[in-house]
Amino acid sequence: MAKEYSFYPGCSSQEGASSSNYLKSVESMCDVLDVKLNVIPDWNCCSASIGYCGGGELPRLALSARNIALSEQHNAGQDIVATCAACWLATKETQERLDDDAGLMAETNIALAEAGLKLENKSKIRHMVEVLIEDIGYEEMGKHVVKPLEGIKIAGYVGCQTNRPFGIEGESFENPKYLDKFIETLGAEPVEKYDKKVSCCGGALAFSEPEKSQALIKDIIEAAYDGGADMIVTPCPVCQMNVEVYQDKINAKFGTKFNIPVTYYSTLMSVAYGKTGKQSGLDGQIIRAKQLEVIAGK
Amino acid sequence: MSNANTGMVEKYRNNFLKEVEENVEEGDWVKMCMQCGVCSGSCPLGPHWDHPPQELFMMIRAGKRDEVLQSTSMWMCTSCYNCIVRCPRELPITHIMHGLAHYATRLGIAPKNQPTMKFANLFWKNLAKNGRVNELWLGVNLYFMDGIVNGIKVAMGMAGIGLGMLKAGRLSLKELIGGHTVKDKKGFNAMIKKAMELEAARIDNASK
Repeated sequence: MAKEYSFYPGCSSQEGASSSNYLKSVESMCDVLDVKLNVIPDWNCCSASIGYCGGGELPRLALSARNIALSEQHNAGQDIVATCAACWLATKETQERLDDDAGLMAETNIALAEAGLKLENKSKIRHMVEVLIEDIGYEEMGKHVVKPLEGIKIAGYVGCQTNRPFGIEGESFENPKYLDKFIETLGAEPVEKYDKKVSCCGGALAFSEPEKSQALIKDIIEAAYDGGADMIVTPCPVCQMNVEVYQDKINAKFGTKFNIPVTYYSTLMSVAYGKTGKQSGLDGQIIRAKQLEVIAGK
Repeated sequence: MSNANTGMVEKYRNNFLKEVEENVEEGDWVKMCMQCGVCSGSCPLGPHWDHPPQELFMMIRAGKRDEVLQSTSMWMCTSCYNCIVRCPRELPITHIMHGLAHYATRLGIAPKNQPTMKFANLFWKNLAKNGRVNELWLGVNLYFMDGIVNGIKVAMGMAGIGLGMLKAGRLSLKELIGGHTVKDKKGFNAMIKKAMELEAARIDNASK
């Protein structure tokens, strides 16, 4: 029987948005793993970590509270699952803050009442990676591999918000190993001792402080090359975009010759599970993941 | 200076710590800082802060109100959460930085033309409009946030990336008109409005 979850896809996964290819690969992956994602009807933006200028504490909490309340109403009893690191973080933070502060909880429910909603705040809030590790397990993940990703060396770039402040149960903040285990499970080779695996890519400041952020991104990519990586894999839409799309700019500024594909863990899984390039979101790469294309085309 | 700012100055006089504790998100944690500096050493943009978090915390206790609230420092926070997980006293430093940035903006004394302040403001307006982020408009508004002339220069510099995203199906011209939205916009807007009112009332009361 399919495992069912209340799914919070988030803004960047929408059609024509920056991580629409992530959602594509997640859908293919879940199809193979018999995971059913029930989208939270009429979900809204979580305000990520950058809404704080215009949005005060309460309006920002109300955003995620609305999503949790909608989930509790329509997908009762199901864990909420997010694929985006920022969505997961903001929702989980909201739950924690409101659990902690009865005054804020009361005010949040007054605001929610304007939209005809009420928050119980009891749903478990999880990242897709947690579902894979805890509910599916590495062994089961490995069983569905029909096209092992042999001969590809991959740097597992965990980044910040899938890792801190909540992180994944049983993993350390400073050296989480789950992406490396994913890579091995799928038949590829992880870069060992990838020293920039939890370094920051600048997040939203890649937009407002491009030079400062690109200097951070340069180090993340350089360390992957130093480890012999053919490509980089990440669980976060902002990490994926920041590390992939600025490579030309970084090359122009620093005289580097970066041209390394950056995909999601779900992209790897979808390809290894025998889905086509399109089903795996490979057509969403700006820097093409040619080795994956070859395997998907076999 | 805004009325709200004057009100706060008059009310709290020389007790800026108390003002922060009572009005800034997670501000009641500030006094718990033991000045070890792990946060400052852990920050990816550390070298770019005029006053790293640990210093801001001491300045708050020392009553350096203008120097803190008018600083560009907290706008350097990338929300990487390194400081939070490493702080031995478990201060929610990231949230305090966001809280200080928001509070300075609310009082109208945040530094003018700080790029992250402008972007963060654009982001909020963008999502509050339809309940979901419109990435195309967010990008366009970002490039033109320093005026038309500079905007054209920036936009041309970014054209390659934009085209790449379009080609990859990760940017859609459909977003120019309308675009993604929540269905219950009326309920959504009413909820945000109410939340803003409740919060404003709390802070207005504090400044009296």
